[in-house]
Amino acid sequence: MRGARPKVIRSSLAKAPTGIQGLDEVTGGGLPKGRVTLVCGSAGCGKSLFAMEFLVHGAVRYGEPGVCMDFEETEAKLRANVASLGFDLRDLTKRKKLLVDFVAVERNQIAESGEYNLDGLFIRLAHAVKAIKAKRVVLDSIEALFSGLVDSTILRAELRRLFHWLEDHKLTAVVTGEAGEQTLTRHGLEEYIADCVISLDHRVTEQISTRRLRIVKYRGTSHGTDEYPFLIDREGISVVPITSLELAHKASTDRVSTGIPALDEMMEGKGFFRGSSVLVSGSSGTGKSSLAASFTKAACARGEVCLYFAFEESPSQILRNMRSVGINLEPWVKKGILHFHAMRPTSIGLEAHLAIVHKLIEQFRPKVVVIDPITNLVVASGTYSIKSMLMRLVDFLKVQQITSMFTNLTFSGDPQERTAAAVSSLMDTWIVLRDSKPNGRPRRELYVLKSRGMAHSRDPRELIVSDRGMELGKVLKDHSLATPVAGPGGVKVPE
Amino acid sequence: MKKSSARKRRPTKTSRSEFYILRLYIAGQTPNSIAAIANLKKICEDKLQGKYRIEVVDLLKKPQLAKGDQIIAIPTLVRRLPPPVKKIIGNLSKTESVIVGLDLQPAR
Repeated sequence: MRGARPKVIRSSLAKAPTGIQGLDEVTGGGLPKGRVTLVCGSAGCGKSLFAMEFLVHGAVRYGEPGVCMDFEETEAKLRANVASLGFDLRDLTKRKKLLVDFVAVERNQIAESGEYNLDGLFIRLAHAVKAIKAKRVVLDSIEALFSGLVDSTILRAELRRLFHWLEDHKLTAVVTGEAGEQTLTRHGLEEYIADCVISLDHRVTEQISTRRLRIVKYRGTSHGTDEYPFLIDREGISVVPITSLELAHKASTDRVSTGIPALDEMMEGKGFFRGSSVLVSGSSGTGKSSLAASFTKAACARGEVCLYFAFEESPSQILRNMRSVGINLEPWVKKGILHFHAMRPTSIGLEAHLAIVHKLIEQFRPKVVVIDPITNLVVASGTYSIKSMLMRLVDFLKVQQITSMFTNLTFSGDPQERTAAAVSSLMDTWIVLRDSKPNGRPRRELYVLKSRGMAHSRDPRELIVSDRGMELGKVLKDHSLATPVAGPGGVKVPE
Repeated sequence: MKKSSARKRRPTKTSRSEFYILRLYIAGQTPNSIAAIANLKKICEDKLQGKYRIEVVDLLKKPQLAKGDQIIAIPTLVRRLPPPVKKIIGNLSKTESVIVGLDLQPAR
C-alpha cells in the first residue's frame, strides 16, 4: 500500500472505482455505484476512452463485468481504445468480462409510422447484461439516437425510462454526450442525470493544448469544483489531483546530504531535511545543474531512487557535462536508480507537464526529484500559473516525503529575479549562486539564503567546480552577495 | 389508388422479385404490437395480396434476434425482401408512411 496519499474527499456513498489514475482520489473512490454518470465534452476530448477505461478496469481489476452499447464507434476504433489500455477486446469478450453491442442508427433506413418505444434497445441491453452478469454499462454515445429518430418526445421519455431502468438494475453506468453550444450536451442529457456529471475539455491556448476535467456535479459527495488537468497517453487517462488543501504533511527530522560535504557543513553538518524543497537560483554558468547533479549522485549512492526532469538539455548532454566536472551519473542510470525525463517546456501546457511529473512519480516512487530548470516552464506560462503549479507539486512531493530540488536561472535585474522571489516562498531552502569578478579573477559564489527549521550558515562561500566535483572554498569576506532584505513581495537579494 | 390497377400495372417478369418478406419485431402483446400486426395485415391484404409473408418475432422470447436486424424501437417492421432492406418503426397506424416506407407505390 502507498502510505501517505492525500485524501481529498471522504464520503460514505457507495462508489465504483474507475481505475483511472487520479480520478478516484478526486471523487473519493470513483463514480456513484448503481447510478448513471454523464461524461460530456467536445469531439476528441477523451470521453469514449474515459468510458472504456471505466469498463475495462471494472472488469479486470474490480471483478465487475461490463457491457458497452456503442452507438457510433466502429469496432476497429473501439478495439484500438481497449488495446491502448493494454487489453485485447476479443480476449475480454471471450472471457465474458466485456460485451460490446454495436448499435447502428441509420436515419436514412428508418421510417416512422405511429407510436413506438425503445424496448428493442432495452431488450438488447438486458440480454447483454444477463449474458455476462454485468455490473457496469457504458452508453457511448446515446445522443446518436437523436439523429436517428425523428420523434424526440418519445426519445426523451424513453431515455428517462432507460436511466431509471439502469438504476433499478443496480448498474453503474457511464453515458457520454457531445458538448453543446450553450448546454453541457447538445441534447440536454444533463437534465436526466441527477447524480454525477463530469465535463472533459480540450483547450488550446497559445498553441499549447491542455486537457482538463471538471466534476460539474456529484450528488451526496463534496467535490472540488476545480478543473483538474489530465493526460491521455499510452496507458490511458490520468488525472492530476489537486492535493490536500490543508497543509497536513508531516515534517521529517531526517536529513539528507546535499552531495557536497562543505555545504552539508553549512547546514548544521547534516544537509537538507528529507521531504523539503530546495531552490537553487543563479545566472547562467554558476553551477546550478552541477549542484543538482551532486545532490542526485549522493542520493543515488544512498540507494534512493531519483527522478530528474530535464527541461533544457537532453539526458545524454547532462551526463556528458556532469562527467566533465567529475560527477558520473551514468552507472546509476544503468542500475535503474536514476531516471531522466527530458521534455521541451513549450511542447505541452503547464498542466500537462504537471500531469506527467505526477505520473512518473507514481510510477518510479522516487525519494529525490530534481527539476532542472523551472525557469523554462516560466517561459511557457505566466508567473501566476507556475506558482500555483509548483505549489501543487511541492505539496504533492512533501506528502510523499520526497526531497526536491528546483533550479532557476536568473538574470540580474530581470523579471526572472522576481520569479525566483515569487516561487521562493514555497521553498524550504534557497541556495543562491552567483558569478563575480573581484580583482579581475572570475569566481563562483554560493550562499544559503534561507533554510527553514535549521541554524544554517549565512556566510557566502566560494564554489569550486573542478573535474573532481564540487567543493566549497573559504568563507568570502569580499563577497558580492548582498544581504537579503525583507520587504513587500518577499525576501529579495538586492543588486 | 385502387389495388387492382396497382397489381395490373406490374410487369410479370419482375414478379419473383416482388415477393415481400416482412418481419415485424414486437416485445410481448402490448397495444402497440397488437395494433402493428393488425395494421400491417390490412395494408398487405390491400396492396400485396398473395405476394407477401409476415414473420412476427417476439423479442421477449428471442432477445438474441434484436442485434441482427439492429432493432432499437418496438415495433419495428423490416422489409427483408425485396432488397434493399427497409425499416419502419411504430405501430404502423399511418398507412401512407407505411406504403411509402415499404415502397409499395405502383410504378409511375
